[in-house]
Amino acid sequence: MNPIMETSPAKPFVPSAAPAAKDRAVALSVRGLRAGYAGGANVLKGVSLDFRENEVTAIIGPSGCGKSTLIRCLNRMHEAIPGATCDGEILLGGRNALEIDPVLLRREVGMVFQRPNPFPTMSVFQNVAAGLVLNGERDRAKLAEVVEKSLRRAALWDEVKDKLDGPGVGLSGGQQQRLCIARALAVEPRILLMDEPCSALDPIATARIEELLVQIKDQLTVVIVTHNMQQAARVSARTAFMLMGELVEFGETQQMFTKPSDKRTEDYITGRFG
Amino acid sequence: MNGAIYARRRRVNAAMLTLTAACAVLSASVLLAILGYIAWKGASSLSWAFLTNLPKPVGEAGGGIANAIVGSAKVVGLAGLIGIPVGVASGVYLAEYGRRGRFAFCVRYAADVMNGVPSIVIGLFAYALIVMPMKRFSALSGSVALALIMIPIVLRNTEEFLRLVPGTIREAALALGVPRWKVVLFVMVPTAGRGILTAALLALARVAGETAPLIFTAFGNRFWDDGMLNPIATLPHAIYNYAISPYEDWHRQAWAAALILMLFVLAINVAARLWLRPSAGAAH
Amino acid sequence: MTMKRHFDADLEDLRARLLRMGSLCEEMIHYAVKLVVERDESHLTAVEDWERQVNRLHIEIDDVCLTLIALHQPAAGDLRLIAAAIKINSDLERVGDQAVNIAETGVYLIKEPRIKLGDIPRMVEVAVGMLKDSLDAFSRGDVDLARDVIRRDDEEDHLKSQTFNELVHLMQRDASAIQRGMDVILIARNLERIADHATNIAEDVIFMVLGKDIRHGAEHREPEGPPATA
Repeated sequence: MNPIMETSPAKPFVPSAAPAAKDRAVALSVRGLRAGYAGGANVLKGVSLDFRENEVTAIIGPSGCGKSTLIRCLNRMHEAIPGATCDGEILLGGRNALEIDPVLLRREVGMVFQRPNPFPTMSVFQNVAAGLVLNGERDRAKLAEVVEKSLRRAALWDEVKDKLDGPGVGLSGGQQQRLCIARALAVEPRILLMDEPCSALDPIATARIEELLVQIKDQLTVVIVTHNMQQAARVSARTAFMLMGELVEFGETQQMFTKPSDKRTEDYITGRFG
Repeated sequence: MNGAIYARRRRVNAAMLTLTAACAVLSASVLLAILGYIAWKGASSLSWAFLTNLPKPVGEAGGGIANAIVGSAKVVGLAGLIGIPVGVASGVYLAEYGRRGRFAFCVRYAADVMNGVPSIVIGLFAYALIVMPMKRFSALSGSVALALIMIPIVLRNTEEFLRLVPGTIREAALALGVPRWKVVLFVMVPTAGRGILTAALLALARVAGETAPLIFTAFGNRFWDDGMLNPIATLPHAIYNYAISPYEDWHRQAWAAALILMLFVLAINVAARLWLRPSAGAAH
Repeated sequence: MTMKRHFDADLEDLRARLLRMGSLCEEMIHYAVKLVVERDESHLTAVEDWERQVNRLHIEIDDVCLTLIALHQPAAGDLRLIAAAIKINSDLERVGDQAVNIAETGVYLIKEPRIKLGDIPRMVEVAVGMLKDSLDAFSRGDVDLARDVIRRDDEEDHLKSQTFNELVHLMQRDASAIQRGMDVILIARNLERIADHATNIAEDVIFMVLGKDIRHGAEHREPEGPPATA
């Protein structure tokens, strides 16, 4: 008999970026989040969703839908803007992120921004180590170890291992963004937030970062805001579609992009949104 | 017809270009003229003896300005020690914590006004504040006067350079879970560091040439000083004294001292500008 | 420097599924023919079992292709691969149906007295060979093998005509042989259809690799693109 017949019955198809288990634990839970800026109406009008561990969750939607506001509330970066308000619940390990010390919160919930922003006065090594050094770590051996590990996770080690003392801003755009990712990973957050991390990069740099996201999700939870819905389709297990401050649909990416439940989602994904 | 209009445009363009270039040349040449004149008048009196001797009484040859040079260094140095930290710290406050709000606005406004206060008035203030209670003139009061002139300059420049640091740098540091004060001290200020230090240097160069406030604070001294709590000679003051005297020899010394002062100020300016330029490889 | 993509893993999975489906079809044909040659009805259950698996794969593979298109926006070679996969999927499902038909016809045939099968064994050999080779060509992106498969279809058609003529003569001489004769003709037809499907698969492989659509004699019309890696 043909040897291929000996194998067990075919297993169901699982896209490599997809969630594995249905009962994956929840890493971060958002309940009834409302947020706004000084003097204006609410930008977020009561959003609730769960981010599961070891998955990439994408948030898509047209400009002004509130996706960037949402992600910035998750690590309370909205507080850097005077007059910004945010209430509701953001549950991280049982505590409400809005009530604990923001400095401690940000060590567990890291962020990578739209434009690469390495610290200009620091070398590659110092950039990656910054989070640790600024919080008091002095052990050189430990720093060297963490820097190498983070650069490897960010798929940048091979390119910079001989220029660790060179300026952080001397790298190309794509490399700088991976440097920022390494910097964020160095403090070992449980969750990594990414606010349109590839929008300032060329397609090849973007593809490299997308590949690295699919790999690092095994070690932490990733939430990515993107205005490029094809990117959401490629890398995420679950996608949330937002419109005008509300969560319209949230489901498995495979489902959202083949048979969305809401007509507004369908219109957005097919580009009929006017 | 297009051809004629185009030709006329070109003529007007050439005329304006010549006119503006001539103005630029005029502006630059003023500096060159001053430097040149001083150099011409003063160079002949420069000598090693001039730089290392104390002033001699009228009629005696070989007088120098050694005490004025050292005195200037001390007074300006102390002024820097007082003025720069205060200025930088205030600038940091305004840039990082006082973006809006009435208090910040008042401070900024006050600093801008102070920039325009005549230096002699500031000298009078230092006189009233320090000389009168102490009942004697001193280097300290001179330094305080100069520091008061420096502070608004350093403050505004620090604030401006800090504002030039992109907000994304602050965001990136905050997002790593670093407390606000550490972000300011260890990330924002070092990033603006070059600019801030340059501003400090330029402020020093500026006050090095201030004469009016020193006349009734530091007061001048024909000998080595007795410490910072006593009168002290300074270069601009020495120039003033020598220039208004009726002695030919002293006039020559004034020119030479003026040349020294100009060279010193020029050197600091050039050094500061060179330092501020971004080096190859760093993207600024 | 070509980058390794997680998408490549998904494409590998798709290929594996198609090849599994192809293997199942090959087995189905073997056992259907075995049923006829050995006159053993018990092989029918095996064939029907595999039919169910083939049908399930048919649905799954279409779903996979759709998902990959939706999620990855494939272009160029990747797009042709997925398009070819959808069509090969369809052809393989029909091959499975043909195999079941052979088995079901065979069940009736073996109840009748024996009849000479003539070219049937040779037709089986050609058809199965073509199917296997077309799937090999798909797996390796082998255009030359695919072209060879297409050439062999002529032989199969020829064999079928021969079989048809022989059996018609037989049935004209002996009326009692009509039932059996018709069954054998049907089986010959099934085998010829299987060869046709293998030809289709080979044409899809050429499209997948070269971007050239050679169906219906269009071989000399379009220019070729750079060959895709299989």
